[in-house]
Amino acid sequence: MEEIYAKFVSQKISKTRWRPLPPGSLQTAETFATGSWDNEENYISLWSIGDFGNLDSDGGFEGDHQLLCDIRHHGDVMDLQFFDQERIVAASSTGCVTVFLHHPNNQTLSVNQQWTTAHYHTGPGSPSYSSAPCTGVVCNNPEIVTVGEDGRINLFRADHKEAVRTIDNADSSTLHAVTFLRTPEILTVNSIGQLKIWDFRQQGNEPSQILSLTGDRVPLHCVDRHPNQQHVVATGGQDGMLSIWDVRQGTMPVSLLKAHEAEMWEVHFHPSNPEHLFTCSEDGSLWHWDASTDVPEKSSLFHQGRSSTFLSHSISNQANVHQSVISSWLSTDPAKDRIEITSLLPSRSLSVNTLDVLGPCLVCGTDAEAIYVTRHLFS
Amino acid sequence: MEELDGEPTVTLIPGVNSKKNQMYFDWGPGEMLVCETSFNKKEKSEMVPSCPFIYIIRKDVDVYSQILRKLFNESHGIFLGLQRIDEELTGKSRKSQLVRVSKNYRSVIRACMEEMHQVAIAAKDPANGRQFSSQVSILSAMELIWNLCEILFIEVAPAGPLLLHLLDWVRLHVCEVDSLSADVLGSENPSKHDSFWNLVTILVLQGRLDEARQMLSKEADASPASAGICRIMGDLMRTMPILSPGNTQTLTELELKWQHWHEECERYLQDSTFATSPHLESLLKIMLGDEAALLEQKELLSNWYHFLVTRLLYSNPTVKPIDLHYYAQSSLDLFLGGESSPEPLDNILLAAFEFDIHQVIKECSIALSNWWFVAHLTDLLDHCKLLQSHNLYFGSNMREFLLLEYASGLFAHPSLWQLGVDYFDYCPELGRVSLELHIERIPLNTEQKALKVLRICEQRQMTEQVRSICKILAMKAVRNNRLGSALSWSIRAKDAAFATLVSDRFLRDYCERGCFSDLDLIDNLGPAMMLSDRLTFLGKYREFHRMYGEKRFADAASLLLSLMTSRIAPRSFWMTLLTDALPLLEQKQDDDIETTKVEMLRLSLARNLARAIIREGSLEGS
Repeated sequence: MEEIYAKFVSQKISKTRWRPLPPGSLQTAETFATGSWDNEENYISLWSIGDFGNLDSDGGFEGDHQLLCDIRHHGDVMDLQFFDQERIVAASSTGCVTVFLHHPNNQTLSVNQQWTTAHYHTGPGSPSYSSAPCTGVVCNNPEIVTVGEDGRINLFRADHKEAVRTIDNADSSTLHAVTFLRTPEILTVNSIGQLKIWDFRQQGNEPSQILSLTGDRVPLHCVDRHPNQQHVVATGGQDGMLSIWDVRQGTMPVSLLKAHEAEMWEVHFHPSNPEHLFTCSEDGSLWHWDASTDVPEKSSLFHQGRSSTFLSHSISNQANVHQSVISSWLSTDPAKDRIEITSLLPSRSLSVNTLDVLGPCLVCGTDAEAIYVTRHLFS
Repeated sequence: MEELDGEPTVTLIPGVNSKKNQMYFDWGPGEMLVCETSFNKKEKSEMVPSCPFIYIIRKDVDVYSQILRKLFNESHGIFLGLQRIDEELTGKSRKSQLVRVSKNYRSVIRACMEEMHQVAIAAKDPANGRQFSSQVSILSAMELIWNLCEILFIEVAPAGPLLLHLLDWVRLHVCEVDSLSADVLGSENPSKHDSFWNLVTILVLQGRLDEARQMLSKEADASPASAGICRIMGDLMRTMPILSPGNTQTLTELELKWQHWHEECERYLQDSTFATSPHLESLLKIMLGDEAALLEQKELLSNWYHFLVTRLLYSNPTVKPIDLHYYAQSSLDLFLGGESSPEPLDNILLAAFEFDIHQVIKECSIALSNWWFVAHLTDLLDHCKLLQSHNLYFGSNMREFLLLEYASGLFAHPSLWQLGVDYFDYCPELGRVSLELHIERIPLNTEQKALKVLRICEQRQMTEQVRSICKILAMKAVRNNRLGSALSWSIRAKDAAFATLVSDRFLRDYCERGCFSDLDLIDNLGPAMMLSDRLTFLGKYREFHRMYGEKRFADAASLLLSLMTSRIAPRSFWMTLLTDALPLLEQKQDDDIETTKVEMLRLSLARNLARAIIREGSLEGS
């Protein structure tokens, strides 16, 4: 992978997300949002990698990312999602969930809506009110689902003042991340290593399914669903292990892959090339997992300057997997399928907290206060 | 003890009337708390102090500068790279690596300077603009000093190349030449420009003789009358012997050639060849190294070290490093001419020319408000093996002392503490214990931050800190009724005692409510169950309930029996266990359960008898 631009931005980046492109658009990603943490004043910022008048010889864009606008955010930015083209939802360590609106005409951000007591340990009514950090947020227009350290799940709807649905004490431990499976179903991961599936059509406060690892109850920090196959989910754990799950089959993961040396903070399937997976970790590295089936054809001699290793699948408890599954992530034949892993950052830095991919573009943020962007992910 | 180097600066606290009331203060890790008390010095004390605020005073404001943060982060990466340089490398390859590191640091300083300069220009508020500009000049001074240290201490340029490096150094830092050059060349008639001769002079002063020749040729074209002498001057400039980087001539050869050339210039002076053009005549005198002529150009030279380098260029180009300080001291004296006294920067540079590294570092420490510069420079010089183990009276050496100070300053910042960790790692004597003390005091407001701190502690085998942090988080979780989180923290810390506490909470909840809370946790304990006996009991007891619910009475009964006999049940729970046994005793099932029932009866009867005897005994005894 060729150019990766680094820029030091004087704030530790906790989350970064590409702005989604309008459906059917042929453009590449141009704008991304970042959230900072651990500062006395934290900010949500919008950056652009668009053309600044410097076109290089083959028409590509040059130069690093420029700040468009930013807005003060109370508390650490724990999670960030684009709700639609103009709105960004941010989860705060103060337990507040905020929707920011971007005004492209004058390049400003403003607060559009806010749920200030979305997450708390003891409620706003009591004298000893204590808030709890909101750890994860996921959007599916018009719904927003949030989870927090209080083990609570909230379902909000944009422009509704109160939560549409709240599941109190959904979990006795901290919920770290949430993702949508099929539309009325969400999947959460918690700090005792369990995946729980919740169906909003059901009335009760119990999950419809619980999956977990058999061994040590290692906390799970991140989760992402396969873009095309809604039953395939990847999770990253505190020991840096990447697990692939098939939620229709049994209660245990399909694959366990030893990955990073420390907590894995984010895992993402590439939205248009789901044979590619990206993970980033506290150990300061960002890995690109390539499970595309033509891997053996690729010559390993052309990887100058990159460290890449071949890893064969290690699989546990494959008893119930159907042979008709087409995703190579769930494949049962270790001899045939090899995953190529490439480390994308030039040198080890402090923790890489966040990453996002869209098309050929990747952005990531670190605790060394740097943002890295590349526009040529697959070259 | 150290002597005071000057009068301490006075900082006035707004709103506090120190003449009337006494002030109170307390030291923190990097800051000071100050407030006004109600104790009056002379009159009767009032009820409340007139100023209601508590002030936090920070000496180090640089740490809070947005632009300087980039300096701290980038240099952190360079620092780590330097520490990891292979110790086995010696000689040329090591030196070139160290020079590269030095250049990296310098480029980071320059990048910061650039950015701050842009901000200073764009600042709307003039006071802000001035502040940024003064920051720029501080950074520029830092880079100047670092560059000189690189030439003298790291590159260790010998006589010959030494002068070339010093020339580069001066050219880099006296940069008005470029704007002047652009001005003059851009005009219609360069040789008639007001500053034309200034430009030529300063080019000569900086040893940029090729460019000076080009200027002179323009003058020759413009006024044919002086074409002849311009040509002669141009020839002189062209033929001045100078050591070029790839040149193989020895120093002696160069000296000889230079001597010849110098004499030729002398002859031209004696012959008054350039008498018709005062400009050219003064250029000739400059090229002869005439001090008076050089001093006439004070304004163009702008500082004494430029004067020094020019003087060396034209009077002793093969100067040896050890002779530098004679020239330096005299240059400073001549340039200042007794009109002004040397500034701190001048003293630092002088100390560098005298190869007194310790003095350089000491003066920089006093002059600068932040430890960044001296810490990184000293560390680099230490890697060049230039610092003797200069032991300070509290036991660590200078490099370590400065790094500790710098890292402690980072820990006082809410965000930059993560950088400080790596600096402590490379302080062999006091680094670890300093880290242990600092890391426990980082406020942990989210679990994610706590996880990062724990990871740092675990990587360094700081088990005490891991245990104490996990215990704090587990207690918080218990107080917030997040029993799953509490258990997860106890597992991470392998804290059996806390796991027991959490299990007791669960069991107590069960007794009060008659059912288990958080079944998702208890049902799925897995191997974590082995952490503490109480936890194992909890898991097994829940399993017993599950079996009973599934009507697997045989299994349930044997499990209950094993729970009773294994002694992991807490005393308080015995009644509950026996009560649970009762319905099983009523069951009419197969033989296995008959044996179990008999066992249970025997056990409970024995226990009851034991208790009865004890009670009887104690009653009789009393």
